Amino acid sequence: MSIEPSIAAENRRAPWYRRLPVVSHFNKSVGLQRGMLVAGLVLTAVFLLTAIFAPLIAPYGFSQISAADGSFPAQEAPGGKHLMGTTVGGYDVFSRVVWGAQTAVLVIVVAVLMSIFIGVALGLVSGYIGGWLDRILVVIADAVYAFPSLLVAIVMAIVISGGRSSLWGGILAAAISITVVFIPQYFRVIRAETIRLKAEPFVESAKVVGASNIRIMSRHIFKNATRTLPLIFTLNASEAILTLAGLGFLGFGIEPTSAAEWGFDLNKALADTTSGIWWTGVFPGLAIVLTVLGLTLVGESINDLNDPRLRGRRAASAGKGGPDSTTAAQAAIAAEVSSS
Amino acid sequence: MTTNIDTHGRGAGPVLDIEHLKVTFATDTGDVYAVKDVSLEVNPGEVVAIVGESGSGKTVTAKTILGLLPETALSSGAVLINGNNVISVSPSKLREIRGRDVAMVFQEPSTALNPVFTVGWQIAEGIRAHAGRGGSGRVNAKDAKARAIEALRKVGIPDPETRVNYYPHQFSGGQKQRVVIAAALALNPGLIVADEPTTALDVTVQAEILELLRDLRDQYGTSIVLITHNMGVVADLADRVVVMYQGDVVEEASARTLFAEPKQEYTKKLLAAVPHLGRNSASEGLLERAHQGGKVLVEARGLTIEYPGRLGSPAFKAVDGVDFTLSEGEVFGLVGESGSGKTTIGRAIAGLNKTTGGSLKVLDYEMLNLKERTFKPLRKEIGFVFQDPAASFNPQLTIGDCIAEPLIIHSKPTPAQARQRTRELLESVQLPASYAERFPHELSGGQRQRASLARALILNPKLLIADEPTSALDVSVQAKVLELFKEIQAEFGFACLFISHDLAVVDILAHWVGVLYKGKMVEQGLGNQVMGNPQHGYTRKLIASLPVPDPDEQARRRAEFRAVLHS
Repeated sequence: MSIEPSIAAENRRAPWYRRLPVVSHFNKSVGLQRGMLVAGLVLTAVFLLTAIFAPLIAPYGFSQISAADGSFPAQEAPGGKHLMGTTVGGYDVFSRVVWGAQTAVLVIVVAVLMSIFIGVALGLVSGYIGGWLDRILVVIADAVYAFPSLLVAIVMAIVISGGRSSLWGGILAAAISITVVFIPQYFRVIRAETIRLKAEPFVESAKVVGASNIRIMSRHIFKNATRTLPLIFTLNASEAILTLAGLGFLGFGIEPTSAAEWGFDLNKALADTTSGIWWTGVFPGLAIVLTVLGLTLVGESINDLNDPRLRGRRAASAGKGGPDSTTAAQAAIAAEVSSS
Repeated sequence: MTTNIDTHGRGAGPVLDIEHLKVTFATDTGDVYAVKDVSLEVNPGEVVAIVGESGSGKTVTAKTILGLLPETALSSGAVLINGNNVISVSPSKLREIRGRDVAMVFQEPSTALNPVFTVGWQIAEGIRAHAGRGGSGRVNAKDAKARAIEALRKVGIPDPETRVNYYPHQFSGGQKQRVVIAAALALNPGLIVADEPTTALDVTVQAEILELLRDLRDQYGTSIVLITHNMGVVADLADRVVVMYQGDVVEEASARTLFAEPKQEYTKKLLAAVPHLGRNSASEGLLERAHQGGKVLVEARGLTIEYPGRLGSPAFKAVDGVDFTLSEGEVFGLVGESGSGKTTIGRAIAGLNKTTGGSLKVLDYEMLNLKERTFKPLRKEIGFVFQDPAASFNPQLTIGDCIAEPLIIHSKPTPAQARQRTRELLESVQLPASYAERFPHELSGGQRQRASLARALILNPKLLIADEPTSALDVSVQAKVLELFKEIQAEFGFACLFISHDLAVVDILAHWVGVLYKGKMVEQGLGNQVMGNPQHGYTRKLIASLPVPDPDEQARRRAEFRAVLHS
């Protein structure tokens, strides 16, 4: 196809804020794809806002079992003073769900940041330098893949904190165990991109002018290789929540006295289900489902929108097939022909 | 096989009739009007060439004929093939038309064929797909194969009975294109749409394919719509020419009239820009090699470059015992077909490939057993212009940053100095200084290639290696870039190794020309001598194959060189 969509027509770049990952995707989207993206963004925003303003939203602390007017009743149905009821231990379910968002965000941020930094650095070096270093790193990454991720996480949790927990100890344990599982993913993606980019003429041209390896990696490959990261970030964030919840559910998470954690609450709610107490399990579960759903929707939408073949477009406007509307493009092409 | 030309009620009216075709694409930046108002007719047995530069809408027009436009396209008007309007017919009717009434030959034969099926199977696929229609019932495998063999014989594949069972990778590029044409011919369609059928092929192979297409027309009366940007191909094959520009038909005339007396300004400009072998030669008037007094910058003695073979198979010799020298201020043109090793030599001089034998001295540095650390200081003396201007710029950096990169690496200037020098260079390559702020994708191909030249020259190198710098550009842009290149070379006085597959382009720039064939330097000499009086058989064939943009001259050359081509 010889259509080069008018080079000059998009000459001036959009302002920076319109080129941000999610914003630019929003502008590109139409129809159902936009609906999905918006739904995901709303869910994610609610999740983030809850986490940030947890101290203001939550009526009680996450480990609070009594107020000025005495101890909370155990296993009270939703309503009255306790919006979502209380657990067997007397915790306020609503407060714990809200505080749990904070823990989840912290874990995601720490885990994903660590794995991005380490994964990207290793991927760049491994892909660019190649040779035996590359082979060894790939074998290690494959070996990590071979472990069930939850098993690795459990082992890590034991190694790091001895299975016990404080707030940061618990968060770090969960985050690091998730990091270990995620590094190979970032490593693989960045390595593949680096190997592809290494053969691109612009990298060769940098080599020809005598740029050092470090300069080529940092200035020429890095920015081009990391364009898919927002996508992996959103998809991995949801996986991080699931891993955290899984850890908590198995009892390797964070003690209720040091922070609220949805997986742990689910575990404790197991015994309640048989006695018809639904609220202790449903609300933390719902929180996990909605958060993961929101993050996944955002990630999947970005994935579709990044691919021109998957991206929906407004149909070309029929009827007014006149050349007038492309005046700018026409002028630019004409100028090019006469000047060049 | 008996040739029954008139099976589909052909003969009377035009085979193809396009009326007021409009095609619009929906893109992120709004609607693009790819084809604005195109009307044309193709009569039986006629070769109509649609020529135009990239973005002129010629390929879109061709795809519309077969109903191959993507979902984002909206077309209106009428494309009539034997009375059926391709734009409005039902999908099943469209499938019936494809292959039976009209078939397509694609640009790149290696991707048009499916690597996991034999060519016979792929040719027969079309036959089987149409077997159920028209009451003829199913075609059994034996008949289908017999017809595939027949089609292969028609396109001149030797020993078709055996080769019908071959896979695509067992054929050469030219033969693959013959297979693609055979597949198109399998159902004896009245019309073949050939989209740049020779662009991906070497010039000697191109001559063969053009001859095949001409024979098909002469023997079977097949009409051909030929989409191309190469005026030489048009002059060689076309009866009638339609010139397109920005989605409109600019001019339509018989080939002879168009080349002799173009009416429209655009057509005149287009024809003037086509390089013509023997005109405007850089070595005109030279009797002996120039610039021999200066220092020798590149000296190759028995240069051999091998690519390691896979386990068990021997290494591939890309360059095999090549001798040449390049002196200060000289332009050395290196010509050859794909696989001749010309790019490998260029890359070896820049230190991108390792040499494996003989001696290659670049600025007195022996490239055999190159050590990057000791070679690095010399890099500032060597500029490199890459083939594809779109890919040779980092898309994340501005043009200014890209151009200043060599300067920053080698002489660590202040930002103001770098900007100043970038501005100067942009001026020398005739780009506005404001372009330094732009990103590579915001420039057109020609502008990018100028920026690429500016980057190569920012350190004032003694030696410039240009690897097919104009082959990705449109012909009018190519002419401007070549002109600029010539001016700048005269002004800066650098020595240049100019690599190209296009003899006519090399002749415009190079004083001294070397012809490579399968890794060996078969001939070198003054440009005008190599082009005018070639000594080696391969050079003769190369020159004979190059179509010139003039139908009469080309017809004469064709007759004259028939003997050479078949040698």
